[in-house]
Amino acid sequence: MGDYRGFWVFIEQLQGRVSDVGLELLGKARELADATNTYVGALLLGDFSKAKAKELISYGADKVYLFSHEKLATYHSLAYTKLVCQAVTQEKPEALFIGATPLGANLAPRVAAQLETGLSAHCVDLRLGEDGILEQIVPGFGGTMMAVIICPEKRPQMATVMPGVFPKPEPQDRQGEVISMAVEITEKDLVPRVVEFKAKEQKTVALDGASVVVCGGYGMGSKENWQLLEELARLLGGAVGATRPAVDEGWAPEEVMIGQSGKIVHPKLYIGAGVSGIMHHVVGVQDSEIIVVINKDPNAPFFQVCDFGVVGDATQVLPAFIGKLKERQKRACDFLSIETPQMNEGPYSPDSKGDSQ
Amino acid sequence: MKVVVFCKSVPDTETRVRLKDNRLDKSEIKYILNPYDEYAVEEAVRMKEGGKAEEVIAISMGPERAKEALRSALAIGADRGILIKDDALDGSDTYVTAKVLVKALEKDGLEYGMLLFGQQAIDGDTWHVPGQVAEMLGLPQTGSIIKLEVDPDGGKAVANRMVEGGEEVHEMALPCVVTCRKGLNEPRYPSLPNIMKAKKKPIQEYSVSDLGFSAEDVGKAGALTEVLSYALPPQKEAGKKVEGEPEEVAQALLQYLKEEIKVI
Repeated sequence: MGDYRGFWVFIEQLQGRVSDVGLELLGKARELADATNTYVGALLLGDFSKAKAKELISYGADKVYLFSHEKLATYHSLAYTKLVCQAVTQEKPEALFIGATPLGANLAPRVAAQLETGLSAHCVDLRLGEDGILEQIVPGFGGTMMAVIICPEKRPQMATVMPGVFPKPEPQDRQGEVISMAVEITEKDLVPRVVEFKAKEQKTVALDGASVVVCGGYGMGSKENWQLLEELARLLGGAVGATRPAVDEGWAPEEVMIGQSGKIVHPKLYIGAGVSGIMHHVVGVQDSEIIVVINKDPNAPFFQVCDFGVVGDATQVLPAFIGKLKERQKRACDFLSIETPQMNEGPYSPDSKGDSQ
Repeated sequence: MKVVVFCKSVPDTETRVRLKDNRLDKSEIKYILNPYDEYAVEEAVRMKEGGKAEEVIAISMGPERAKEALRSALAIGADRGILIKDDALDGSDTYVTAKVLVKALEKDGLEYGMLLFGQQAIDGDTWHVPGQVAEMLGLPQTGSIIKLEVDPDGGKAVANRMVEGGEEVHEMALPCVVTCRKGLNEPRYPSLPNIMKAKKKPIQEYSVSDLGFSAEDVGKAGALTEVLSYALPPQKEAGKKVEGEPEEVAQALLQYLKEEIKVI
């Protein structure tokens, strides 16, 4: 595959703001490119100036391919697919990474189908094999195994990766170039047409950037018991997440689902309550600094990977634990002669770090 | 207008693993219609009931057991099924799957107005087949919708989808592809008479050669991706484990968080 060189990243933007996942992927692409002495390309589509595009160089891009057009400010699958495919066909990168976001789940398969190349989904790691081939690591067999996927004969090698899988690189003073690409699109490409956007307030505390995550699984048993998680999260200044079975039961909204196709979190402290530890979920939390698991089944697989395991019914252990936390807080407040706060922000509240985004 | 719903037979491991005598009971892994596909089937059937669709066709690629998934779709109210079944399909990746599904639609001579998918399958969880099918057919597509209004006479569909910070409303000309998720509708439980009726509804079967493919075009041989190897997930040294009365274990946990790792 001698003709194909360079690791490319599709840079997702929503309403003119570049999403972190693109920057995270630039960091990974930089690492892979350095190892093989090639370059990193960033594909940016939107209504952007060259100066804005230049910012991507500091995150690791050598070349930024900028498709700037006011009509590209909003994602249209046909237009985006067409332009991305054009750039790839012209420049021949060996790999193209796209965020596994709703937008990416729409764009990546279309691009792969048009280019007739292979595509892997929700990779948890990307590395190079001995022959320089890209090894794409995805959980397989219901998550009991990790599968190493390759795309042996087609280029570019394409993979989607969830936000949060790779760390966001620190911006550095680097050299690179912005290449303005011709945008040839017609009304026919601006499909589907976005006719309306209804802004909605988000009720749940953002899991992204939360330092403490309290996650409930099927073992929580009911929506009423879910309150325990909310209370614990409040006491610890954290956010509440859920496993897929808990979401399926309607105890929590899909937006807070943690796992391979949900959110990837890496808090300082993760507490899984009534969570058995199916791999689909574990891949979403395994980079947490401390993993605590509460489950009544002593053989739950989660106990194999946690730092502290509590064998017990979460619906009984949590009230006891919450009681003790409150007691401790009250003692601390008595000591300092202050009123017991209604809601303790906790040492790891997202606010204490400033901008949690 | 004819509506096609794509159905996948998936292992029901995600929600049916229950505790039995304090152990995980895995004895009864059974296969079901992918839950996300149920929303798609339900939506298509409602279109028919609302006079917007004349026929609902459920299509699946998979082994013999995929017939059961199709029967579930037929019990909800789909009119007929198409099953692409062949040993040669084993090991197909999403590209091959999309290619085969597209060919089957062609073979059937279907003049469809809409193609409906579940946004993801709970086993493979790639989310990719709908986009690949849409691209191969050159159709517009929107995903993860929570509301759908179809105007067959006006030749368009309007779909609402959740995005970061709100809801987006998409308009597309027919035919088009949409993927469905929770919140779009509440799939019905099929009644016993409808389950019985579903057994009599026709399921057209195609083999790989019926679709004009050779064995090399599909399955592992035709896939563009390949599984190089399997590895066990990274093992971490198992940590401490405590057992006992709720009060005791809660105290141990508090102690651990406070004194050993000092996070509270």
